[in-house]
Amino acid sequence: MSAITPTRPSKSPPRGARPPLRKLRSATGSRRVFIHTVLIGVAIVMLYPLLWMLSSSLKPDTEIFTQPGLIPGSLRPENYSEGWSGSGNSFSLYITNSLIVTIGAVIGNVISCSLAAYAFARFEFRGKKIWFGLMLGTLMLPTQAVLIPQYTIFYNLTWINTFLPLIVPKFLAVDAFFIFLMVQFIRSIPRELDQAAMMDGANPFQIYWKIILPLMRPALITTTIFTFIWTYDDFLHQLVYLQQNDKFTVPLGLTLFLDQTSGSSYGAMFAMSTLALLPTLICFLIFQKRLVEGLATSGMKG
Amino acid sequence: MTTAKSDEAVEEQAAPVTPSDRRERDRMRRRLARRRGGGWWPYAFLAPWFVGLFGLTVYPMLASLYLSFTDFDLLTPARWVGVDNYDKMFTEDPVFWDSVHATLLYVVVSVPLKLALALGVAMLLNRDLRGIGLYRAAFYLPSLLGGAVAVAIVWRQVFGGDGLFNDFLAWFGIEGQDWISSPDTAIYTLILLAVWQFGTPMVIFLAGLKQLPKDVYEAAAIDGVTPVTRFFRITLPLLTPIVFFNVVLQIIDAFKTFTPAFVISNGSGGPLNSTMLYSLYLYKKGFTDLQMGYASALAWVLFLVIAGFTAVNFIAGRYWVHYDD
Repeated sequence: MSAITPTRPSKSPPRGARPPLRKLRSATGSRRVFIHTVLIGVAIVMLYPLLWMLSSSLKPDTEIFTQPGLIPGSLRPENYSEGWSGSGNSFSLYITNSLIVTIGAVIGNVISCSLAAYAFARFEFRGKKIWFGLMLGTLMLPTQAVLIPQYTIFYNLTWINTFLPLIVPKFLAVDAFFIFLMVQFIRSIPRELDQAAMMDGANPFQIYWKIILPLMRPALITTTIFTFIWTYDDFLHQLVYLQQNDKFTVPLGLTLFLDQTSGSSYGAMFAMSTLALLPTLICFLIFQKRLVEGLATSGMKG
Repeated sequence: MTTAKSDEAVEEQAAPVTPSDRRERDRMRRRLARRRGGGWWPYAFLAPWFVGLFGLTVYPMLASLYLSFTDFDLLTPARWVGVDNYDKMFTEDPVFWDSVHATLLYVVVSVPLKLALALGVAMLLNRDLRGIGLYRAAFYLPSLLGGAVAVAIVWRQVFGGDGLFNDFLAWFGIEGQDWISSPDTAIYTLILLAVWQFGTPMVIFLAGLKQLPKDVYEAAAIDGVTPVTRFFRITLPLLTPIVFFNVVLQIIDAFKTFTPAFVISNGSGGPLNSTMLYSLYLYKKGFTDLQMGYASALAWVLFLVIAGFTAVNFIAGRYWVHYDD
């Protein structure tokens, strides 16, 4: 495994200097059209359910299942306001709760994982290989395997129905994936920088704080985005730890619609589903390139 | 490490003669050793991780093992029952077997389909095309939304009786049905959801395809090798390390699936336990029925099964994964 470092998107060589293979491939224009057609077809299938959700969120209930087209016959934006004030609590409460949990988790992951990664990447110490192996091992451990004893721990701490079980573990670097990602990144930062700082009398913490952290910004941003999205969507833990309505997060708030939809508004449910996906969508649109490349280059090539 | 070597060279030049020189040398050596090893510094940086590792992983694993041999409802102290939980699970719990059946079906069908689609699309995307970034983004987006409750809700409506999927079938004159509430088809809507989210392995395949040596393909082109042979004789063998990586990851992931099963069945695992994925059953036993001892036994079985699958993967991998070194 090597190279987490975000690689620059590979630029195609200038036209004149194309390798023969490329020339062979691009020779047939009709093939190119064919590939585009296939790709557009797949893209439509991929995105259609999401567009359908968006369009349904703007339709009156009577139209959602009778008018399958994407263009609403009549617009009903009230779905949004009704869904928002929705079920028991206003949706703004769920969003606030989700923000508290996700921001806490992001701060925790960025601090604790970068500290651990710095230690693994820059120091030699007894048992380092074993510790590192254990860290990688926890990557494969299913969360379900430790869910129940973790629950009893937090139960005994009387942390159930608070945000603490969702935030505090992130400050203890439990997401080994990000430690691994950051280790790979730090290894690509030249050691000469550390040494120069050491000559100037900096201690390891100062080196971490003033040299490594600023230089590993790309890895920190990747960590931030993925922690944000994964925590925001992490339904299982929120379902287990948050029990009262006023502590509910967005995914839990959404499930309240599920129980009621038999009687009430599908439009409102779709409206809130759309809103629930919005933070992730915005993240995706802003960081699309980094997300895809970051994933593609993380820990590949054995 | 180059630094260590040059430091020693410096030391040798300054060979000691007097006791004070020797003390000076010892001090310097200690300082150098400290610099390489860092003394207590690495442990300070790792402190949060150590607390997490022992407090939230190692201890819970052991506690879970102990609890799996007890009757425990969280409120009263755990009561030792020996292997009763495991015994009950394997011999007299039909729901357990339903969940095993649903989960294995889910894993065995969804993972190969997902990976085949991911590889196919990655091969299509592995060329200079206009708008390639847009395609990649469109194919990756559903995977990013992956575990979201909102997506599962949409899925439930799409495959419901009067949902989008039946409208689609109607175009071809096929009479639909309520796919979600039929025990024969409900699990396949979950599988389709998993396959729809093929973006993560796709991106990883794409990264792998970009690293394949171009000269091999040029040689093959000169020899007039057909595209099919090229795929099976060159691309696939060279790509096996990445196929392997994706297989291991996707199997582990599939075993852990929870959210869509919960949402689509309204937390019941129905109809007739056909969507009772293992994680959902574990959740129900632990947190709905408060049978935490039994749920711990379920958790350990899940852990062992995943570890087993991963081990088998690694052993079998020796025979089909080719590393170029």
